[in-house]
Amino acid sequence: MKLTQGTFSFLPDLTDEQIRSQVEYCLGNGWAVAIEYTDDPHPRNSYWEMFGPPMFDIRDAAGILTELQACRQTFPDHYIKVNAFDSTHGRESLRLSFIVGRPEKEPGFRLERQEGPGRTVRYTTRAYATDRPEGERY
Amino acid sequence: MNASPNHRQGNEDQTGSLDLDAAFRDSHVGEVLDELDRELVGLAPVKSRIRDIAALLLIDKLRGNLGLTAGAPSLHMSFTGNPGTGKTTVALRMAQILHRLGYVRKGQLTAVTRDDLVGQYIGHTAPKTREVLKRAMGGVLFIDEAYYLYRPENERDYGQEAIEILLQVMENQREDLVVILAGYQDRMNIFFRSNPGLSSRVAHHIEFPDYTPDELLAIARLMLERMQYRLSAEADAAFREYIELRKGRPHFANARSVRNALDRARLRQASRLLSRSGRIVSRDDLITLEAADIRASRIFSDTQDPNGSGESAS
Repeated sequence: MKLTQGTFSFLPDLTDEQIRSQVEYCLGNGWAVAIEYTDDPHPRNSYWEMFGPPMFDIRDAAGILTELQACRQTFPDHYIKVNAFDSTHGRESLRLSFIVGRPEKEPGFRLERQEGPGRTVRYTTRAYATDRPEGERY
Repeated sequence: MNASPNHRQGNEDQTGSLDLDAAFRDSHVGEVLDELDRELVGLAPVKSRIRDIAALLLIDKLRGNLGLTAGAPSLHMSFTGNPGTGKTTVALRMAQILHRLGYVRKGQLTAVTRDDLVGQYIGHTAPKTREVLKRAMGGVLFIDEAYYLYRPENERDYGQEAIEILLQVMENQREDLVVILAGYQDRMNIFFRSNPGLSSRVAHHIEFPDYTPDELLAIARLMLERMQYRLSAEADAAFREYIELRKGRPHFANARSVRNALDRARLRQASRLLSRSGRIVSRDDLITLEAADIRASRIFSDTQDPNGSGESAS
């Protein structure tokens, strides 16, 4: 199951050239680009691990792509995403976030139904991969 | 040749031959070079090298239009020369020039020294150097006093690590950034001798010659014009004498010495105006440096002092 989180996630995976153009667009708007990774892709897990600090004073996408290559080498079997943070007063939040790396095999999520009192049903999603400990999931 | 008759730049005819003049005009290289000529005095070897590089990039672009590729030329440079010969100034301009020629994408200049590249502990250097390289991508990385990167007297020095990372990027990401190493002639020679890998990856070794007294005077006039001052006729002659004398003294730093001398002359002019009786000054008084402001320099009074007091001589 292909993980669909963030912008462009229903499209085929972006090529490096497309990633470069997107990053170039972010930098052109003065947003700070950061790289994050995780092996716990649950939709509620909004805090992924940061790969290095956010890159505030980079002028050209080549710098970000170098860092992205380093991240892919270090974590070949993790989800990796690029975030663009807009620090403008009143905005101060992410403007763009898209996945740029994913594991070879994505087993997806299991839906659990829990019977509550009366006829209530509570739903939980759980990634199959998270049954194993961190670092051995994909 | 597979020339298309309606080529978008319009400098190519049916036979695939190109109109160089039109291409030259379109690229605005001429303006860049003229500006360089106007704003930098002297430096003939530097300018001619920049002209060569500009020509190469232009021809490369034309070749590219015809589908002839040669790969991006290596433009890493080393600037060597005495203090105050304009190495940093030219590096700044170089970033602009290469940007306008379309060789670098963003054209920012990242000026660093050893402290920005080399860390203090094991494992500290590589991330630090990479950080700087990332910032410099798309522009020019200017490493001032590059010989400090290599400290032969300390074999546990981390400078070598920085040099290795630098080398790797200079070789593999040539289209992403241009590295300029700068420093004093003699020490740079030693530096390159002990790092042959670095020397061979630097395609352009450019020497900055010392300025002649005439050039220094022209520089002084240019500096004053920018500060909205001018020299009176006598002051002009006095300053020429000053330059001749100053050149013979120790710690002479070419244009930097000229700038310092002018700053001190401004100080003297200000106190001269204030101490004058009457206290009414005209616009002319405010912008003119007189011969007395120059001749009050200690250079004129104790020329026989063999040691001098260097840059602090007033």
